[in-house]
Amino acid sequence: MWRKLLASVPAFRAPKAPCRSFKSSSRRAEKDFNKELEAQFRAFREKAAAALPGSDWSPFELTPGLPPERADVVIVGGGVVGWSIAYWLKKKERVRDGLRVLVVEKDPTYSQASTVLSCGGIRQQFSLKENIQLSMTSADFLKNINNHLWVVNEDPVDLQFNHSGYLFLASEKSAHIMEENYHTQRHAGAKVALLSPSQLKERYPWINTEGVALASLGLENEGWFDPWSLLNALRRKAMSMGVYQCFGEVTGFRCSSNVAEIADDDFVDVKRIKYVNVQMPNSLEYQPVETAIVVNAAGANSGKIATMLGIGLGPKESISGIPFPVEPRKRFVYVVHCPDGPGLDTPFLIDYSGVYCRREGLGGNYITGMSPEETEEPDVSNLDVDHDFFQEKVWPRLANRIPAFEQLKVSSAWAGFYDYNTLDQNGIVGMHPLVSNMYFATGFSGHGLQQSPAVGLAVAELILDGGYKTVNLSAFDLKRIFLREPILESNIV
Amino acid sequence: MAASLLSHGMRRCSARTCAAAAVAVRRGLSSAAPPSVFTRLLLKLNNYFYDVEHIVGWNNWARTLLVRSKNTFFGLAQQNFGDNVAAAYYILTLRGSFRFAGQSEWFRPDSSGKFSYDFMSTPDTQIEEVDLSGTIINHDGLDNLVKQNKLQSLSLRGCPEVDDWFLARLHVFGESLVELDVSHCPCVTVGGLAALQNLRKLQRLDISGLSRLQSPGLVRILLEEMLPHCRVTGAEYEQGLIQPDTREPTEEDHEATSANTGVRHL
Ligand SMILES: Cc1cc2nc3c(=O)[nH]c(=O)nc-3n(C[C@H](O)[C@H](O)[C@H](O)COP(=O)(O)OP(=O)(O)OC[C@H]3O[C@@H](n4cnc5c(N)ncnc54)[C@H](O)[C@@H]3O)c2cc1C
Repeated sequence: MWRKLLASVPAFRAPKAPCRSFKSSSRRAEKDFNKELEAQFRAFREKAAAALPGSDWSPFELTPGLPPERADVVIVGGGVVGWSIAYWLKKKERVRDGLRVLVVEKDPTYSQASTVLSCGGIRQQFSLKENIQLSMTSADFLKNINNHLWVVNEDPVDLQFNHSGYLFLASEKSAHIMEENYHTQRHAGAKVALLSPSQLKERYPWINTEGVALASLGLENEGWFDPWSLLNALRRKAMSMGVYQCFGEVTGFRCSSNVAEIADDDFVDVKRIKYVNVQMPNSLEYQPVETAIVVNAAGANSGKIATMLGIGLGPKESISGIPFPVEPRKRFVYVVHCPDGPGLDTPFLIDYSGVYCRREGLGGNYITGMSPEETEEPDVSNLDVDHDFFQEKVWPRLANRIPAFEQLKVSSAWAGFYDYNTLDQNGIVGMHPLVSNMYFATGFSGHGLQQSPAVGLAVAELILDGGYKTVNLSAFDLKRIFLREPILESNIV
Repeated sequence: MAASLLSHGMRRCSARTCAAAAVAVRRGLSSAAPPSVFTRLLLKLNNYFYDVEHIVGWNNWARTLLVRSKNTFFGLAQQNFGDNVAAAYYILTLRGSFRFAGQSEWFRPDSSGKFSYDFMSTPDTQIEEVDLSGTIINHDGLDNLVKQNKLQSLSLRGCPEVDDWFLARLHVFGESLVELDVSHCPCVTVGGLAALQNLRKLQRLDISGLSRLQSPGLVRILLEEMLPHCRVTGAEYEQGLIQPDTREPTEEDHEATSANTGVRHL
């Protein structure tokens, strides 16, 4: 439009004439003129860029979705643990935009993330004090979720929380452990009740109490909820607080390294991450992100991230030769339909045989599953479901405990990866001695969803305050890996 | 079981529920707290001005603060005057009313919220009936009442802050509570009603006007099955169910339902 206007006004057309004569008189002069123009443009561009410090604006076309070039904290993995850490970091920052936090997630659809493939259960019935406290703190968070995660102008968060407690069943052999755990739980403040087999039969007439010596039922702060709602709410809130999100895969790190003396004449290489390499989806392009702190919250993949830093690749017997003990383990969940099954009072039932079961909605649907034997772990290269496992292992045990399930129809099934800690099936939270600026928050093996709000807070405290304030997680430190001192939890499902 | 009788209706119902869930949730929530003209104006302005977010935030914060301050734990009162007096005082400050065990007279504040301190003369009597309808009691405030293990009747009609977490805490009255009214509580869902299974003595339960229940009739049946000695009122059996004669179920319906439940969970 402007060009048209300029062309139509004679006064503007006039300067063209000397230009033409200029061209005819000397080609070199024109070249000089162009060069000068270009130099001036460059100077202008530089000035403009300098005038906008910290701005990501650029006159050139960028690949959309590239992460910022630098961030204070880069969180690898946008599952529920990653976003919870991001939220708490922002919540605890003292000034607005005091901290630049970037969450890198490789899969925008979350098709493989454990978070959305989990059963969504929360319980306080653990044997370790730390696990009980983590779940209680998280329950408190979920209780007040809209005080934490409500975003102005958006709908309130609805977790679809179903308040039916977990019901653990113990056999003669394991009854004394259950009793011990009960005392630990009561001591920590959890509301749990023990039931004798006859009380159990009276409360839940549909249970076959054969072989059951004792049962424990969670009365408060237990149940199940929609994991996707929690993940989305955390993400929405964190982003509204200024957390950057980027869809790309972390493929490597650029580090500097220092030699440190650990014992008499024993030296180790201590790395410090300078850049995180983020590869864009479906392209070869990658962007190094300069950062001060990295958080490894990649769930089942966190072991792989640790390997990228050389952890576990060193000579055996040395500290760098001990691998990070988190690996993916496949678990199947089956949705069954049984119109005659138990009703609204169905708890999250955990039988001592390993099989679990809970209600799903009100239409006579249930979800069920169990963990396989250590020696029969399924192949983890894909997420295919083994239906024979249900027929041979799960169903017989389930139908034995709840006879109504002798008649059922499997309506669907899925598989997900536990972020399985092979040492002791508990979370690993803290720093690795060989990498001075990476925090780990992973290895929760089947109870990471319910602990995520509290773990996020604990990690944020560790990063920003230098120590734990709310829940003391020093027992979950990485030290136990090197000392080979597992802290065992007896209630692993 | 009743579940099997109904499963036919339910299955079709759940397909519908899934589809309508999002809408229903939104509808439920907006009816939970109809925004005032002022709030609506602020929300509108917020679309254009960043700072309005703070005002909306403050508004929300002020309300939270009010609810929190009204529901503080009267630990000092408990220490000095005992659990019963502290509980009675708490109920009256919320403008609720109560009746002591073995007495027929009710204590309630007058229209300006003032009340006499006569209840302090009987510090050893426990409270038997409580009417907190229309008050802003929440799950934290319940701490003041948990020691009342003779409580037989509790009315929470139309309490805006009573939610599922609140209902889940009622197990503390499991050995005494006979009558419970949770009608017209905008935050209560079926997820909280499931927790009432711990109230083994319950005989009367009112669930009318719960805007977030998608099929009150079905919930009533499930509640009656869960609490066999309890009479559930406030919902008709056919409420929220699709009438069987409107459409016959097809095979696709089945497929859709099972796919839906799977997907919804994922
Ligand atoms: C079948 C099943 C049932 C479960 N049931 C329960 C339950 O009832 N209660 C409970 O509390 N817990 C349960 N869990 C466990 C729970 O789901 C996990 O512990 C929890 O979700 C872990 O969260 P996360 O954020 O660490 O992992 P994830 O949700 O797996 O998130 C990790 C993310 O990191 C991303 N990522 C990985 N590598 C990279 C990379 N290199 N670059 C960028 N991004 C990367 C992944 O794409 C993924 O999205 C269950 C798990 C399964 C599998």
